[in-house]
Amino acid sequence: MAETVDVPGDSGTGSPRPLFAGLSDISISQDIPVEGEITIPMRSQIREFDSSTLNESVQNTIVRDLKAVGKKFMHVLYPRKSNTLLRDWDLWGPLILCVTLALMLQRGSVDSEKDGGPQFAEVFVIVWFGAITITLNSKLLGGNISFFQSLCVLGYCILPLTVAMLVCRLVLFAEPGPINFTVRLFVVIIMFVWSIVASTAFLADSQPPNRKALAVYPVFLFYFVISWMILTFTPQTQG
Amino acid sequence: MATVDDLQFEEFGDATTSLVATPDATTIRIEDPDETPKHPPAPPRSSRREEDDELLGNDDSDKTELLAGQKKSSPFWTFEYYQTFFDVDTYQVFDRIKGSLLPIPGKNFVRLYIRSNPDLYGPFWICATLVFAIAISGNLSNFLIHLGEKTYHYVPEFRKVSIAATIIYSYAWLVPLALWGFLMWRNSKVMNIVSYSFLEIVCVYGYSLFIYIPTAILWIIPQKAVRWILVTVALGISGSVLAMTFWPAVREDNRRIALATIVTIVLLHMLLSVGCLAYFFDAPEMDHLPAATVVTPNQTVAAAKSS
Repeated sequence: MAETVDVPGDSGTGSPRPLFAGLSDISISQDIPVEGEITIPMRSQIREFDSSTLNESVQNTIVRDLKAVGKKFMHVLYPRKSNTLLRDWDLWGPLILCVTLALMLQRGSVDSEKDGGPQFAEVFVIVWFGAITITLNSKLLGGNISFFQSLCVLGYCILPLTVAMLVCRLVLFAEPGPINFTVRLFVVIIMFVWSIVASTAFLADSQPPNRKALAVYPVFLFYFVISWMILTFTPQTQG
Repeated sequence: MATVDDLQFEEFGDATTSLVATPDATTIRIEDPDETPKHPPAPPRSSRREEDDELLGNDDSDKTELLAGQKKSSPFWTFEYYQTFFDVDTYQVFDRIKGSLLPIPGKNFVRLYIRSNPDLYGPFWICATLVFAIAISGNLSNFLIHLGEKTYHYVPEFRKVSIAATIIYSYAWLVPLALWGFLMWRNSKVMNIVSYSFLEIVCVYGYSLFIYIPTAILWIIPQKAVRWILVTVALGISGSVLAMTFWPAVREDNRRIALATIVTIVLLHMLLSVGCLAYFFDAPEMDHLPAATVVTPNQTVAAAKSS
């Protein structure tokens, strides 16, 4: 209403005025702009992004997802302290790795020996339920990692062991014997250590400091069991 | 409007003096942080004349009551409820494992180590480790025993893992359940001073199984004498932990029932270890004495000779 801003307290005269007495006299002049547009600069970008992924070709989607998976593989193979696995978690990589491992580890056919190696379903169940149990354990101990992030890390860190499985498969084409076994043992041990180092590099920070060992031990057990399954794999074509 | 006098700080005086004035008032005592239970002051207390005196602990009885009340506050369908069972630190788990390996007569495992904070971490992961230790060691031992036999083809025997898991987990959960039910029933008939909650019993059983992990690994050695010595030692240690834990709980009862309970506990434990040894580990007497085998004479000898 009034044209000037009345500044309280500029009187400087002697009488003490009660605080905030001048507030009721303040009015906004028309020189100060208080209208305008309130826009969130990100919003238009997000809308563009959404519609673009809906409309893009299937090939683009698959290639983009594969690139994300491949990038995470690289992070596992060269474990540094980075947040990529945790921030953009996905479960494609663990699924691919688990299926590959289970396919290679399963025993041949139904009519083979009764007490042989694991079936496809057994490997699958061990990997996924093992990962879920470890995740629940770390959350119950008070870790601040989310459920799927932890599953993602544990699944991706099976990559070294899958590589070990491939190497063992190739080595088994050579003649069996103690040298054969020693080579396989050596490869599996190295990959086992690599898996543990990679997963603790990602997971250890999310635990409270006085419970780190409690949270890391189940990871050790998990990868040990998988390594054991890889090491004791015997193909069906023998004897 | 508040006057100036109303804003003066009012002295409440010392706690003791005000208690004299109003004896019913509640007081709060803040302890020195150095006294928090990092080093539980149990040893001097339990070596007193009667350990039943500190049934729930004289001065920490209200503390344990308070803690018990605080712990069970979340309803059982929330996640926080289950987090209270994993409220242990690394050093606590190690202490409990150490306590199960070194049973000291007169010291009660539950009273000394668990102290109203039973955890499920120890029992669960010790049982998981034991399952895999038994399965893997059994497999390895069979491989070493039959090494060199022409007719033996190594198989990983993966099915035994599931069998081992069933046996160990049902032992670790069903036997404490039965024991707890039995103790509750006796408690209703005879007033026992010491009683344990279900989780404390599960905890004791879980930690007492820890000794079997190195035992299972050492069972790989294919010597019968070694294996039976290991069985005896392991049974002695874990059996004594269990016996010393449960003796105060049945002591007040009829002598025969008390003895029968303790004997049954130890017997079941022995059954578990001997059963696992017999099922997962082949007998080592089959390791090859080439010409001396009497039972299956011709086939193996002929096969060995012809190859």
